[in-house]
Amino acid sequence: MNLTLKVWRQKNDKAKGQFVTIQAKDIADDMSFLEMLDIVNDDLTRKGEDPIYFDHDCREGICGMCSLVINGRPHGPMEGTTTCQLHMRSFHDGQTIVIEPWRAAAFPVLKDLAVDRTAFDRIQQAGGYVNVNTGGVPDANVIPIPKRIADEAFESATCIGCGACVAACKNASAMLFVSAKVSQFALLPQGQTERYERAQAMVDQMDAEGFGNCTNTGACEAECPVGIKLTNIARLNREYLGAKIFRQEDVHN
Amino acid sequence: MSSKSKPLLTSSLGKKLIMSLTGLFLCSFLLVHLIGNLQLFKDDEGYAFNNYAYFMTHFTPIKVVSYLLYASIIIHAVYALILTMKNKAARPIGYDKGSGNVNSKWNSRNMGILGTIVLVFLATHMQNFWFQYKFGTTPYVEYHTELATGNREIIASDNIPSNYDGYKTYVNNGVETIQTKDLYKQVAYTFQNPFIVLFYVIAMAALAFHLIHGFQSAFQTLGFNHRRYIGFIKGLGIWVFGVLVPLAFAAMPLYFYFKSL
Amino acid sequence: MLDSKVPAGPLAEKWSKHKFNMKLVNPANKRKFTIIVVGTGLAGASAAASLAELGYNVKTFCYQDSPRRAHSIAAQGGINSAKNYQNDGDSVFRLFYDTIKGGDYRAREANVYRLAEVSVNIIDQCVAQGVPFAREYGGLLDNRSFGGAQVSRTFYARGQTGQQLLLGAYSALNRQIQKGKVQSYTRHEMLDIVKIDGHARGVITRDMVTGKIESHEGHAVLLCTGGYGNVFFLSTNAMGCNVTAAWRAHKRGAFFANPCYTQIHPTCIPVTGDHQSKLTLMSESLRNDGRVWVPKTQEMAERVRKGELKPVDIKEDDRDYFLERKYPSFGNLVPRDVASRNAKEAVDDGRGVGKTGFAVYLDFKDAIARLGEDSVRAKYGNLFDMYHKITDENPYKQPMRIYPAVHYTMGGVWVDYNLMTTVPGLYALGEANFSDHGANRLGASALMQGLSDGYFVIPYTVGDYLAGLGNFNPVDKNHPAFEQTRKEVEDNINKLLALRGSKTVDDIHKELGHIMWEYCGMARTAEGLTKAKGMIQELKKEFWSNASVLGQNEELNMSLEKAGRVADFIELGELMVDDALNRSESCGGHFRLESQTEEGEAKRDDENFTYVSAWEYTGENQPEVLHKEELVFENVKLTQRSYK
Repeated sequence: MNLTLKVWRQKNDKAKGQFVTIQAKDIADDMSFLEMLDIVNDDLTRKGEDPIYFDHDCREGICGMCSLVINGRPHGPMEGTTTCQLHMRSFHDGQTIVIEPWRAAAFPVLKDLAVDRTAFDRIQQAGGYVNVNTGGVPDANVIPIPKRIADEAFESATCIGCGACVAACKNASAMLFVSAKVSQFALLPQGQTERYERAQAMVDQMDAEGFGNCTNTGACEAECPVGIKLTNIARLNREYLGAKIFRQEDVHN
Repeated sequence: MSSKSKPLLTSSLGKKLIMSLTGLFLCSFLLVHLIGNLQLFKDDEGYAFNNYAYFMTHFTPIKVVSYLLYASIIIHAVYALILTMKNKAARPIGYDKGSGNVNSKWNSRNMGILGTIVLVFLATHMQNFWFQYKFGTTPYVEYHTELATGNREIIASDNIPSNYDGYKTYVNNGVETIQTKDLYKQVAYTFQNPFIVLFYVIAMAALAFHLIHGFQSAFQTLGFNHRRYIGFIKGLGIWVFGVLVPLAFAAMPLYFYFKSL
Repeated sequence: MLDSKVPAGPLAEKWSKHKFNMKLVNPANKRKFTIIVVGTGLAGASAAASLAELGYNVKTFCYQDSPRRAHSIAAQGGINSAKNYQNDGDSVFRLFYDTIKGGDYRAREANVYRLAEVSVNIIDQCVAQGVPFAREYGGLLDNRSFGGAQVSRTFYARGQTGQQLLLGAYSALNRQIQKGKVQSYTRHEMLDIVKIDGHARGVITRDMVTGKIESHEGHAVLLCTGGYGNVFFLSTNAMGCNVTAAWRAHKRGAFFANPCYTQIHPTCIPVTGDHQSKLTLMSESLRNDGRVWVPKTQEMAERVRKGELKPVDIKEDDRDYFLERKYPSFGNLVPRDVASRNAKEAVDDGRGVGKTGFAVYLDFKDAIARLGEDSVRAKYGNLFDMYHKITDENPYKQPMRIYPAVHYTMGGVWVDYNLMTTVPGLYALGEANFSDHGANRLGASALMQGLSDGYFVIPYTVGDYLAGLGNFNPVDKNHPAFEQTRKEVEDNINKLLALRGSKTVDDIHKELGHIMWEYCGMARTAEGLTKAKGMIQELKKEFWSNASVLGQNEELNMSLEKAGRVADFIELGELMVDDALNRSESCGGHFRLESQTEEGEAKRDDENFTYVSAWEYTGENQPEVLHKEELVFENVKLTQRSYK
């Protein structure tokens, strides 16, 4: 099939970007979306033109590196799928496809379709861990964890940190991402000791990064490629408000 | 982890807590207001409604609550504005192509617009009734009710007599007399205007969509989202606050309009 | 002869004795040392976090936008540990034995034993970090049997064990970043090692966003940069996985060991065409219930390829369940290399299926009939969905198509028992080194090795080296070696940027991949390898004369990034071919057609090849020099594998 791509091109983080129309020819159904872009890039390279820069790595839907808002939808039209696992059979001959980067003040565009998501790392650094050193930990079977709790914590822990939630949210809110990590540790016994500090520290960092506020539209949940649920956000709200109202502590002072 | 976290109300979640609490308080007010106003449908020439109106505007605890209510409306609107500004700033460059209603509902994305319609409505509504009742001109009515038989004689006029010095109620010879501003008739007059009726109905539609999202959203913000009761909360939000309440309110202007024809 | 520095004494006491004998760095002095960690996968992140916890200053580098995206994340199956929670007879020695045997007796005993020994601590560590492993209803950890092991020692987190373990290590790393003990450099690529007086004392990196070439000094450099499977162009590795860090270290004096040992995984989704950019692996647990077959005759296979005949319409009598036929006792559960090779044989015999003919069937019809569709869905639902999504074929209704793909490289930078390379102060951890898997890696052992090296080995051995330096002086930033190396890196970049030929870098990478897959893949011959060597040398010339590299250094430049990596892959490819040619025996993942049993199985030559081949770089276009590390087996008896 042949397609018309309307792609966001931007030289670097300081330059002004614009849409450029590029033709993609002879695209097969069983190509992945990124393989389609590979072919377009190959053509551009042969013509001596700068290929379209986009982030990608594992191409198995697990590393969270790939992004792209495709026809208005983060990771494209297929539900529960990252862009790298989206195949061209989801499109039809002659279609125009608009490809844009994640749009958020907290995710500045680096080049073309790649954005800087280090804000997510900084949120994790603020408290997304259990304070244990290597060695000197108890035997793994000392703490039994009910299967139901372990499974639920696992569901939250599957977040791949791609940022589709931010991209989908009309407010560019990072609540789904933050809540997934807070939930994982709020559920598990290992996370209890720093449970309330963690929620406060991570929310503070989230606010400092310039993400918007959650208005519970549910777009993040609908677009999340790994199915992180809104119940995580409710749990984050509980953790945070509970910490603020009943348990505000400044133990490290 | 950081040693000192920011105060609650400066955080995004703190601001949303305020939205949630004021919103729910306003929801509870709506119910009370609706139940009171149902007396408009009583065919008693406004006897019950006018007494109720006087009670609501002069009983001290209710007055205190009403100030809380005004404050809630203002805080809800101001914080909505603050949050919206922050949200706009969080995405300086928008998407060329929107996702439409694929991943979220239209009303959930446009709470600001819906809220603004409701706010404009509130101002109009206050001007139509509350302001006129308190400071403007309304019709006047006297109810003389024979307590033994319940027979009632009504003396009404379009203007307040010059000797009227406030609401009065007394019983003399088994006849109860009530002198009051006739807010009921004011309502009836106002809703003879089809444009006002239309505006009220549109505003109630906006309120409906605002609450269908807002009610359950408030609970989500408070952290109440559990499969055991989330269905109940959502049902309450949709059927009571999204359908029943706005429909009943919208029925009032329509009732008086069609009655006047 | 290479000195592996394996401590003396009984196998089971080597590591504890060695830990006692190693020198320590006083806590107050640890902060005077800086350690550079390249790569932030399981090995890198765990090493960086553990070293920072001890008090060292650490700098980490990764090419991805976040340490969390390293390709360890893609491991599905699980992680082995000799916990013996299942009371089924597992022990440290059994895990050691299985790993040595699985590696076809080409790994170093002492290293493997240590790996099995610390495997127990890894699980404790991960659980303490909050890694959500699968649990039983009683709340204790669940185990499964994996990759044909006879005990259940594999811990797992649904099909995403690698992800969960990496996020655990990443969280430990984040904690140290927050404390200021680790400086994390993302979107940075290491381009060279800086050596001062023979010791590794820093690295040269390129900031991939700005193109800035930076020098970073440190008292030790840890390469945790993963494997080199992408030399085949198509592999299950991530697109960015590359050999550059290891290769540049090799050029600076680190020997490269056993480069020909590559693992080919049997259950991958087949290639659909030339556009294919990478291959997707499906967990080999599928072979527990799926049956592998091809049509009995070439004619029938031809009709299937043309789409005239559907697989479900082929009668039982016309199907060849070749694994069950040839290996009645192990059947579909034969080891990875055996399963892969037999699939290739069927395809070479003209009986491959799918449009391209490069596939065999993996059929769940019988499993569905026996267990019911719901049970099959509960077990493999996510894999079936993934397959369906990628191929648009419903595996509940028709058999899956699978084909082998390059998955893991057992070879890597040569290291001694302390994980130090032949360059003092330079270490290699995880898949980047060669040490623990011999000629073939067992399932669920890669994660174990990465974390073992990072959490429990390197924190001890680096200390020994640093304490032995005899001083706490900072590395001299102004040493001319930094400027000199930086200049060489810049010159190399300029050389690449000057290439304005007619072929894209990907074109050349694909050609390299074809050569490697054809001649240095699942089956190798002296003739083919010799031919491949010539072809690679030609390709190298072609690259440096006819490749096209666009843009400038001072920007995010995909074309330049790829070019640098492919240039290194070409050189590595040649060394792989040399190594495969030198090793005229068959062992594990290395199958020489000349060396097979009468039944067509891999035949080792223990008399002549019980050694590690460690290659020394001697200069541009010069033959590499082979050094041998003799492998001594004191605790296991060498036997021929048999899966009949």
